[in-house]
Amino acid sequence: MAVTRRMAVTRLRPFLATAAVALLTALTVLPLAYMVIVSFMPRGESTTLPTPLWPSRWSIENYYELLVRRQFDGAWFDYRIFPALLNSLLVAAISTLLGLVLTVPAGYAFAKLRFRGRARLLQMLVAALVVPGQVAMLPLFLIFKELRLVNSYAGVILPSLAGIFAVLFVRQATLAIPDEMIDAARIDGASELRIFAQIVLPLLTPVVVTLAVFMFLGSWNDFLWPLIVLVDQHLYTLPVAVAAISREHAADGELMMAAAVVTTMPVLLLFLALQRYYLTGLLGGSVKG
Amino acid sequence: MTRQERAGWLFAAPVLAIIALVFVLPTALALCLSVTDYSIYALADWSNLRFVGLGNFTDLLSTPLFWRALANTLIFAALGVPMAIGTSLFVALLLNDATVRWKPLWRVLLFAPYVTSIVATAVVWRFLFNQRFGLINRALGAIGVAPVDWLGNPHLSIPAILIFVTWKVFGYNMIVFTAALAAVPQDLMEAARLDGASRWARFRHVTLPAIGPTLLLATVMSVAGFLQIFAEPYVMTMGGPAQSTTTLLYFMFDEGFKWWNLGQASAVAFVLFVMTLAVTVVQTRLGRRREWL
Repeated sequence: MAVTRRMAVTRLRPFLATAAVALLTALTVLPLAYMVIVSFMPRGESTTLPTPLWPSRWSIENYYELLVRRQFDGAWFDYRIFPALLNSLLVAAISTLLGLVLTVPAGYAFAKLRFRGRARLLQMLVAALVVPGQVAMLPLFLIFKELRLVNSYAGVILPSLAGIFAVLFVRQATLAIPDEMIDAARIDGASELRIFAQIVLPLLTPVVVTLAVFMFLGSWNDFLWPLIVLVDQHLYTLPVAVAAISREHAADGELMMAAAVVTTMPVLLLFLALQRYYLTGLLGGSVKG
Repeated sequence: MTRQERAGWLFAAPVLAIIALVFVLPTALALCLSVTDYSIYALADWSNLRFVGLGNFTDLLSTPLFWRALANTLIFAALGVPMAIGTSLFVALLLNDATVRWKPLWRVLLFAPYVTSIVATAVVWRFLFNQRFGLINRALGAIGVAPVDWLGNPHLSIPAILIFVTWKVFGYNMIVFTAALAAVPQDLMEAARLDGASRWARFRHVTLPAIGPTLLLATVMSVAGFLQIFAEPYVMTMGGPAQSTTTLLYFMFDEGFKWWNLGQASAVAFVLFVMTLAVTVVQTRLGRRREWL
């Protein structure tokens, strides 16, 4: 009797464990799924009782109102979500591109090129990781005000380029490249730039892709600094714009969910497409601390 | 200067210059700013700036809202860290079970909230927490619980926000713990099983020692993360109700960029810095003293 029960449990176990994980996953994804569902409800439906779980009809009016329509009862009105989408794309793309150009060669230099002060500088970079970035924000605002960078794309992008973590991340990955390869190229008379571009960079491609995803997502989701440095609504990035309209339109559930979809979906899709790079990169960073 | 040295500096200098401009210099200036009365008057004209020594810090001590913000931040960390780390560990252990199928799929989906924008998902959760129309109260209603005013009740606002934060961040340490669990010595596990050790005993004496250092590091790092909560109360509760979700960073933001008391705000930033530093010191100390929990 006991034996048969144990056998039943053993046979059921794979199913039970998988079912438990599936249930947890469903619970985790539910808020995101509900966000999408509500964003397609006709205006006002989500604030009826009992709380609807499914749209009575699928409607794109919320997206239309948020992204396209500008005129209400003859008056011009704009949620500025579409410009914010473009701003976010522009800022994230430039941050990522410049960030890579700045940090990848530096990470390589810290790993493989001997130059005076390298060890000391490296120590300082590691120590700097302890300081929370928010401490720098108040004086940085004043510095940027003097440099006329407040309320500009450059003002948002520049701080994101100080990629201390990125430099250390690239350095860590570069250490795995054997010195012999680099030395052999040197003996063959290749210039340092050529060694970097033609030998090291191809080997670092997965790391660069990982870093690019990190940087793009980081820039896209960044909130506090853009909120501080951007004054003009035309320059708002998506999180700042969504936070602004969420204060005025808290009651418009469907509209806010559509805004949340526009903000989350691009990076969610990017993550799903490149998840392998992202998740391995995350471990590469955490193992070393 | 050798060719290599020249190249080294050429590659490293640009990013170092930017780090110096946007990070090192401002951090040093933050210290200077915290001993001045920098306010909207100084913003208009530098000559209005005065040195006040530790005045900002003593002022803080007599500002009730600062103490409130400090207490709230500590509550956020004290409740949030066990919640988030516990969830991460629980899910990682579940996911680690050899019999679970389609693991990569679950892993990616469970991690997904982590990559979303805090602002956007905070808007979603504010809606889920809505007292009348929210999905959460509807689910609770189905099992007979009366509607809860999650974000409007000063005693529930922090727990409510923490439920959101836990949902948002647990995936990160789940991945970290999954990797650590994969490194748990299987022969040891098998030996314990043959010796008749219970599930709990195997967890306590085999798994936990193996993942101890990872667990400790993750815990300390999440303390630092929870000390910096800002966007969640900014979007979900605006620091309320009754200032129950005003955090240190929220207080700093209001002082600095709403009232333009940049001197005072820098003092708050400095307090935050010292707290983070203390956490890091604890981390290195613990890391050195104990091999595992």
